[in-house]
Amino acid sequence: MPASADPLTANAAATFDFAAHLASRDSLPKWWLDTRHAAWTQFLAHPMPARTDERWRFSDTAALSLDGYTLALPPAALPPAATATSATAASAIATPATAAALPRFARAAEISFVNNRLARHAPLPAHLAAQGVIYCPLEEAIQKHPRLIQTYLQKHNVALGSEKFTALNTALATSGALLYVPKNITIAAPLLLEHIAAGDTAALYPHTLAILEDNARATLVEHFTSAEPASRHFASGVNDLHAGPAAHLAYIGAQTWSSATLAFQTNSIVAQRDARILSLNLHLGGRHARHESHSRLQGPGAHSEMLALTVASAAQQFDQRTLQTHQAPGASSNLLYKNALLDTAKTIFSGLIIVEPDAQKTDAYQSNRNLMLSDEAEAHSLPGLEIQANDVRCTHGATTARIPAEQEFYLRSRGINPENARELLVAGFFEEVLDKLENEELHAILGALIQTKFKK
Amino acid sequence: MQPLPQTDTPATAATDENPTLGIDQSLGNFTYDVKYDYDAGSGLGEHTVRYISDVKKEAPWLLDFRLHALKTFLSKPLPTHWATKDLENINFDKIRYYLAQGQKPKRTWDEVPADIKKTFERLGIPEQERKFLAGVEAQFDSEAAYSNIKEIVARQGVIFMNSTEALREHPALFKKWFGKVIPTGDNKFSALNSAVFSGGSFIYVPPGVKVAQPLQAYFRINAENFGQFERTLIICDEGSEVTYMEGCTAPKFSTSTLHSAVVELVACKGAKIQYITVQNWAPNVYNLVTKRGLALEDAEIKWIDCNIGSRLTMKYPGVVLKGRKARGEVISIALANDGQHQDTGAKMIHAADETTSTIVSKSISVGQGRATYRGQVHIPKHLKGCKNNTECDALLINTNSRTDTYPAITVRGDKHATQHEASVSKVSEDMIFYMRQRGLTEAQAMSLAVNGFINDLASQFPMEYSVELKRLIELEMEGSVG
Repeated sequence: MPASADPLTANAAATFDFAAHLASRDSLPKWWLDTRHAAWTQFLAHPMPARTDERWRFSDTAALSLDGYTLALPPAALPPAATATSATAASAIATPATAAALPRFARAAEISFVNNRLARHAPLPAHLAAQGVIYCPLEEAIQKHPRLIQTYLQKHNVALGSEKFTALNTALATSGALLYVPKNITIAAPLLLEHIAAGDTAALYPHTLAILEDNARATLVEHFTSAEPASRHFASGVNDLHAGPAAHLAYIGAQTWSSATLAFQTNSIVAQRDARILSLNLHLGGRHARHESHSRLQGPGAHSEMLALTVASAAQQFDQRTLQTHQAPGASSNLLYKNALLDTAKTIFSGLIIVEPDAQKTDAYQSNRNLMLSDEAEAHSLPGLEIQANDVRCTHGATTARIPAEQEFYLRSRGINPENARELLVAGFFEEVLDKLENEELHAILGALIQTKFKK
Repeated sequence: MQPLPQTDTPATAATDENPTLGIDQSLGNFTYDVKYDYDAGSGLGEHTVRYISDVKKEAPWLLDFRLHALKTFLSKPLPTHWATKDLENINFDKIRYYLAQGQKPKRTWDEVPADIKKTFERLGIPEQERKFLAGVEAQFDSEAAYSNIKEIVARQGVIFMNSTEALREHPALFKKWFGKVIPTGDNKFSALNSAVFSGGSFIYVPPGVKVAQPLQAYFRINAENFGQFERTLIICDEGSEVTYMEGCTAPKFSTSTLHSAVVELVACKGAKIQYITVQNWAPNVYNLVTKRGLALEDAEIKWIDCNIGSRLTMKYPGVVLKGRKARGEVISIALANDGQHQDTGAKMIHAADETTSTIVSKSISVGQGRATYRGQVHIPKHLKGCKNNTECDALLINTNSRTDTYPAITVRGDKHATQHEASVSKVSEDMIFYMRQRGLTEAQAMSLAVNGFINDLASQFPMEYSVELKRLIELEMEGSVG
């Protein structure tokens, strides 16, 4: 990819030569370039979010300026992009910021991007590829599997407020991956997808599409991180997760962006009859990170387990918006978002369960728990329900509280210092969520990542 | 005074096209042809505001206040970015903003003009007054027709009169708190009320006085295309206590009627105010009301709010917990039948240490009725020991009934505890089966189940109201099964 260092600023966006930018990608099919061009027009047309929009209630919208970020900053410190053809050659190339990388765990395949450029690709084992499993970078998928992309990519709007940033992602997405698992195939080990931002002002646009056909099983781990701990980065990511009838998909998204990153992520989850999707998002990094997740339960017996863990420290702001739409009868969903707040951090949780008129026998739950660890922290909780069917079981709950004094006292009386006691109690507070992961290696890795937030 | 109609027959009769739901609504569904001596005409402009202020012979500061409020009202958009688009169906140009027969309320029912007296007799107000009330004010369209307080209560220094009179007789006391709890610009409808308000109650309870029996106001809309904008201000001085109840009805017209009140409560140190509303407006009434109390140190404000009538109600009684250890409570019951939207809730603004608030909301949606709970709990920085507990339960009766819940909870700091829980359910088939097995009809069983659902809240109403409430709900539930 040519190193286009055009500044992407709110003021410069209108004059940014998008056509020329697209021309540099002319090896891609025309329909995709057209899609991107349309998205660019939408990006320019959408206004910046305003607080008067209910979907941005309590958000610090003044902190969302796009000024000064650079599209696809050349990763100077990096070796030339790896080709996707040779697994051994590719995996030999080290990515920067090893400190930021996830610890090793058993994985079926791996794709890694640095500043939107493919840096490493360890392909699937031959037997899975032979069974028709696809796991490849997005642009390769657009060329080789257009039907899948056209059928599934962004077919379900998340519609929770970040339309402008989602359009920007579609317009500029070059990184990301397609995971396709055919009928009745189980992939035992997780697949890893990694996005690294390197160098000040780098802007990233990851786009991930996972499609599981009937009765397929897979686990996808996506890691978003920065090469430097304090560089200014921008990211707007999009995920489309589809589980066909009786398929089981586990998606784990862990973000450890730099402390100066502005990040948006939208997540669409579609579960068909008897499908089960577990999504767990771990939010640790960023200056201001907004995450939107929309589950659609489209068939009887479908289940979406929506989990999130956030450690908000310093002046970080985490803004999480969710929607559980029950479109079919007899489906269930369960949302549990836990936030631990330190220092002057701020979190917003705004969730909604919509039960459509025909979705009788829905069982939906939504819960937001905020653990206040500082007198300066600020937690907003907006758990909502819109119910249009009567034979349902829908409940939600929200609590905001501190660590009970007895628990702290118990630990301190055993000689544990206050910082360690706090860390232990947060670990205990989060354990309920991590316990839902079947993969013990991942459970341990996420637990360790959370701990890094407490080591200063 | 105009000649009064000599017959008992109302100009429009009480007939309801839906016999299964009719009885309760028809209680208030009648109207008399009243010739109004004062009429500000249709539509709203500076002339309307000047007319009202002039008729009331108000002080110049109040006219300025009203004119400023009018500007605020006109400049504010309808809040349809979060509220229902049904608000757009209010035609502000067709509404009559001030209609009155006289300027001074009567002290005895005998002096009240016969047709107005008949109205309130039909609604049972004089009878209730004799039975258990310490004072009554009865408002007919824009002004109070009757206002009386029992001698024994008045002798304790309790002031209970309509706000028009209070502005004349106690201007200093009125002005001190007027618009302080709910500023003009709080929302579009509080601005509208501030511009054209008329009637409503003014209560002052001196330090240490505990008014044993409730004071009651009854608000009656008689005219078509009318807007009622009463303004109530209740001040409870240190250590005093009062219970205030309000009821309301209006005939059912084919055109819409607007009711937009502002109610401000001030509970000084250690005072207790209990404010009870049973809202049973006709199903063509837009009921857009702002209610808020200010609770100083150790004070307690409790809103008991029951919404059964109206086309659209938007009402979120609130308490600003301004003094240490102040307590706020909202108990809300809403019943939304076909064509009704009960958009109710509560606001708790914690502004001092160790303040506590409780919200319990129960709603029932019948047929295509829609019940919405909207809540706000706010605990700002640098406070300690604040607590909130919120529970909202919704019961859905029919397959096409709808309910929404939109709470917003903001907490700053680590020295507080808030808890919010909500659930949505239907009446269980087992329960209905059990009752039918014992010989109850399905409708009876359903009615009993619904009464059971709200029973713990209904029992908090004064006896007379709680019995009435159960009866209303029984009637509303009739024929709603199947």
